[in-house]
Amino acid sequence: MSGEATQTYLPQGLPIPVAEADGLSAPYWQGLHQNRLLVQRCRHCATWQFGPEWICHQCHALDPDWTEIEPHGRIFSWERVWHPSHAALRQHGPYLAVLVEIPHASGVRMIGNLLGDPAQVVYIGAAVEGVFEHHPHPERPYSLLHWRPSSAR
Amino acid sequence: MSAKASADRTLRGRVAVVGIGETDYYRHGASPDPEFKLALKAILAACSDAGIDPRDIDGFASYSEERSEASRLAAALGTRRLRAATMQWGGGGGGCCAAVANAAASIVAGLADCVVVFRSLAQGQYGRFGQTTNIDTISGEKAYLMPYGILAPPQRFAMRVRRYMHERGVSQEALRAIALASYHHAQANPRAVMYGKPLDPAKYDASRWIAEPFHLYDCCMENDGAAGLVLVPAERAGEFRNKPAYVLGAAVGSGYRAGAIPHNSPHYASAGFEPVAADLYAMAGLGPSDVGVVQCYENFTGGVVMALAEHGFFAPEEANDYLAFDNLVAPSGRLPLNTSGGNLAECYMHGFELVLEAVRQVRGTSTSQARRNDVAMVIGGPMVTPVSNLLLGSEATL
Ligand SMILES: [Zn+2]
Repeated sequence: MSGEATQTYLPQGLPIPVAEADGLSAPYWQGLHQNRLLVQRCRHCATWQFGPEWICHQCHALDPDWTEIEPHGRIFSWERVWHPSHAALRQHGPYLAVLVEIPHASGVRMIGNLLGDPAQVVYIGAAVEGVFEHHPHPERPYSLLHWRPSSAR
Repeated sequence: MSAKASADRTLRGRVAVVGIGETDYYRHGASPDPEFKLALKAILAACSDAGIDPRDIDGFASYSEERSEASRLAAALGTRRLRAATMQWGGGGGGCCAAVANAAASIVAGLADCVVVFRSLAQGQYGRFGQTTNIDTISGEKAYLMPYGILAPPQRFAMRVRRYMHERGVSQEALRAIALASYHHAQANPRAVMYGKPLDPAKYDASRWIAEPFHLYDCCMENDGAAGLVLVPAERAGEFRNKPAYVLGAAVGSGYRAGAIPHNSPHYASAGFEPVAADLYAMAGLGPSDVGVVQCYENFTGGVVMALAEHGFFAPEEANDYLAFDNLVAPSGRLPLNTSGGNLAECYMHGFELVLEAVRQVRGTSTSQARRNDVAMVIGGPMVTPVSNLLLGSEATL
């Protein structure tokens, strides 16, 4: 089962994610805040969809439902970042980011950091499980979803 | 639609590039001129090269959120009559050939007669692509990336290249060969920002990682400058002083749901050219073996590997053999690549320097001239969406 990180993987000061002005992704970000991973699934044709859109790309039904899924998947690709592209990351690197494929949601993918040793060997196809990371920012609290190698599955 | 109507719907042989021009190319932030003045200088240079009065331009075309907009240019230049003003959607260099295609389409459709296609960039004035500090909150695609440290272009594209290398068995040495070819050609090109700064395999291998699998030399530069060209109907091509470079074909677009964010395009390990390359060859009536020299946009070397494979120059599984330094250099490599130095070593002018270099190849005036130069290809902006490409040719190819 997924856990919660106690300290953040990357330093504070990076851009804070917020839903668009039209609210398209608001359920996703609210879900992370509650330790829940929500992605869209069309109530008419059962197509999974992430990132969100106002329409199902398969059948064109509007306003696809948000459905909670278990946060585990497989590493589809990865990168180890060395160059700091933001002042908050100077003196910090390297760090790992992974693209995770969620097989039980028809392979939708999402990006997070891979927790643990940044020098670790990363294997495409390896099983990972989600770890919710909460940022108690005074004005704009937000939550992220990271990944760590899965023990069970 | 009748067969005749269908055959009429082409750019092949209908328009020609008759002038090219660029400013000096600078390191990012080093331009003494503001961006709009750079655009003016490049346009004046292109008109001078063609031998036309800049007031006779009747259209402007650009791409990638170009800020030097057509009405201001027309007012500044005293354009007698503005008839076409087209911008290609999409960022990065994906539009560098599409802008030429849009200008060509304006001419073929009778909307304009003399269109300048250009790009101007002053990153000192407007901020760099490679730094992202001072962003407070973020929405949309970047909200799924930036909080995880996926901030600038190298980080946005490294995973796509890593996946391609994994699926296709592409080696780091294949990426390195592309960087070496660009730097090799830049050493012959006095315009190049990296002129006099050669690269060898040991220097590449020892260079720092930006984001694995990209070393420093796998990544494009960031530069200031501007570049432009003058496009006219083919029947006017003989009026000008230079050897015309005819448009043989152009294509724009992307595959199914290529724009699905974040990193959710179904065909992820791709530069996005599979449908676009087929359209280009169909319009031109040519295939990869007809192409003598290629300019391929290097945001990152890995994107060049994918783009060349998707244009049929080799199968992905052959990339490690094909992408060897000797094969990629003028005058006689199998496929001379980025003969001005390109985005890696000439100037990152969002790929428009590549379009100008393709014109020089057809003219026979490159500083690294390819022996086979009747047909020159440009490939714009691998891994973004939409992408675009272009084939130029001499009169003999019509
Ligand atoms: Zn549906």
